[in-house]
Amino acid sequence: MEQKHEHHHDDEHGSELSEMQLRVRALETVLTEKGYVDPAALDAIIEAFETKVGPHIGARVVAKAWTDPSFKRALLDNATKAVLALGLINRVGDHLIAVENTPKLHNMIVCTLCSCYPWEVLGLPPVWYKSAPYRSRAVNDPRGVLADFGVTLPADTAIRVWDSTAETRFIVLPLRPKGTEGWSEEKLASLVTRDSMVGTGFAKQPGEVA
Amino acid sequence: MDGVHDMGGMHGFGKVEPEQNEPVFHEDWEARTQALYRAMSYAGVWVIDQARFARERLPPDVYLASSYYKKWELGMEKQLAELDLAGRDELAAGHALRPGKSLKRKLSAAEVPNVITRGSFARPAQKPARFKPGDRVRTKNIHPKTHTRLPRYARDKVGVVEALRGCHVFPDTVAIGKGEDPQWLYTVLFDGRELWGESAEPSLKVSIEAFEPYLELA
Repeated sequence: MEQKHEHHHDDEHGSELSEMQLRVRALETVLTEKGYVDPAALDAIIEAFETKVGPHIGARVVAKAWTDPSFKRALLDNATKAVLALGLINRVGDHLIAVENTPKLHNMIVCTLCSCYPWEVLGLPPVWYKSAPYRSRAVNDPRGVLADFGVTLPADTAIRVWDSTAETRFIVLPLRPKGTEGWSEEKLASLVTRDSMVGTGFAKQPGEVA
Repeated sequence: MDGVHDMGGMHGFGKVEPEQNEPVFHEDWEARTQALYRAMSYAGVWVIDQARFARERLPPDVYLASSYYKKWELGMEKQLAELDLAGRDELAAGHALRPGKSLKRKLSAAEVPNVITRGSFARPAQKPARFKPGDRVRTKNIHPKTHTRLPRYARDKVGVVEALRGCHVFPDTVAIGKGEDPQWLYTVLFDGRELWGESAEPSLKVSIEAFEPYLELA
């Protein structure tokens, strides 16, 4: 939400560009003229973030873990290695750690100090993940945070919050919804939401997808 | 540093507001900022904890009032000036006023698919790990004015070592140009009540990723 308030029009100069558009344009121009960056490389980076990385990768990892017990064991043992072996991405930074939800334990991921996020498997983080309300409250009021997402956990489900304070990164392995026996990996992946892999939601129910 | 970036447990920021069908970038300048940061990282001008420390050193009112990518952009401007790679006068002019310096390398579009990944921070160990899973540890009561990854809410608290994560670049030294000084990294688990007192939800457990210098045996 915070990013919607960025339009400070520069009336004095009659410009329609916002302060940040002007600043970033100046920054890119200076760094390009100094020979530090190539605008074509910047375009390629943006394209990769908009089209290649995203939660569809994490969803495939989760669906595989739901259907293949030996992959699930490998994932929980060493997610960096297991995800690499799937071949969906060509490199994973150190270290990716998968944490498993059970009916008695719900995991939630946060970074209270900045906004560390497993973007290789989930894409860039949403605004709420980077916001002060989430960063401040996830560690001491996780049920309240879940309520903001419209999510209620059973009272007897314990909550475990992982604060990403180093270069380790976490992905939640959500509970597999009931009524999905015999589903293909691909169909299962369509149930896996980004929020379910951060721990602020559940996987979709079978009735929620076509 | 004990700055406003260290938000764990603070009150008053309000509700979390998820956005339906959120785009990857809300504005073009956000995308350019993300890309400029990656390209300059590739050129070797900063590492992640130096970039974090630059954002942490923004004035607190600016930090709190700025969106995520605005903080990134302001942090980059600060670092570029400090490293004498681009002056405030040049950013104000919107053009280079002096020739660029020679950097380690320059990112090309062809190389991009190989660099859209997080870096590698594991390093060979300099000595054996001091703690093992199951050990009760107390986090130190430290308040460095420089960068640290031990959050305030988890200082001087007793927890249990849950896992050893290998030996990693130490943020506290690398952020201030004192080298990587690799340190063992542990997942340390705390009871909610140890962190938040009697008001904590009884079932809550919170872990941090703690570098060995943050810990002592309890």
